[in-house]
Amino acid sequence: MEVKLGEIGTWVGGRDFTPNGMISSVRKGYERYLNKYIYVKKGGIGGLSMVLASYMVLSYVWSFDHIKHDRMRKYH
Amino acid sequence: MLSRVIAVSASGLKSSAPLGAGLVQASRSLHTSSPSLAPVPPLPEGGKVRHGIVPEEFFQLLYPKTGATGPYMLGTGLSVWLLSKELYVINHETVAAITVGTVIVLAVKKFGPSFASAMDKMEEEKSAWIEDVKDQAMVCYADAIEEEKKEQWRVEGRSMLFDAKRNNVSMLLETNYRERLHHAKHEVKRRLDYQLALQHLKVRMEKEHMVNWVEKNVVSSITAQQEQESIVKCISDLNVLAKNIQAKATA
Repeated sequence: MEVKLGEIGTWVGGRDFTPNGMISSVRKGYERYLNKYIYVKKGGIGGLSMVLASYMVLSYVWSFDHIKHDRMRKYH
Repeated sequence: MLSRVIAVSASGLKSSAPLGAGLVQASRSLHTSSPSLAPVPPLPEGGKVRHGIVPEEFFQLLYPKTGATGPYMLGTGLSVWLLSKELYVINHETVAAITVGTVIVLAVKKFGPSFASAMDKMEEEKSAWIEDVKDQAMVCYADAIEEEKKEQWRVEGRSMLFDAKRNNVSMLLETNYRERLHHAKHEVKRRLDYQLALQHLKVRMEKEHMVNWVEKNVVSSITAQQEQESIVKCISDLNVLAKNIQAKATA
């Protein structure tokens, strides 16, 4: 993004937080991803595999509370 | 942090962009401007992705500060930290993940290129078909333009045709007019000739009548005695003439 780290606060404040705005931002982000990685002439596996990898990571994060009982040591 | 990066880049939420270093995309405005009706530009190469899961922009982001191996060191350190703090727990699922991951990676590496080329060929055929349609349409339109130009050229000639027709009509009118003029003159002359002949006739008849009347009067005024005397005189004149001629003939 063309937003500097110091300007994050102002940038977030300027975002459109109405329901319409939030939905439209999700829609636009989705379309940006599609247009960049999928609707291209020579797309690779990256477009699909990034989605799958992020799905894997997200599901791990959500099920961490259940997985942490399989840990080998109690204190790290 | 890196997990959030990947999650963000995959789901594409714009609001978490600042920390989403992976979203440092080149300022390419793909399909964000208002659609123009001009020919659609061809699709670009597409975003580059390294090792299948990390977008190239992440590497570009870290390159100024840490060079080429920066992201790899970051990945190594991150994985070591995850394992040592057991934030990533190694259990039976890890084995399954490794197995399945290997199979998938090998399958992609083996069948990727052929699949990609087959897809490309299909795309090529489709676009060639559409191009063909477009070309045929263009040919049709070019022909139509030629025909139109020919029609316009013909229209230019039409004005000459109308001129010729107008000439014809004016000639007819002229002829008709002259004919009628001649006819009128002829009729007038006829009437005038009639009047002239009438006058001549009148004069002639008067003259003849007068001559006849004078003759009649003269003849009626000759008495019988004068007639006798004139006859005797004529005979004696004739005798003298005959004597003269006889004398001339013998002399």
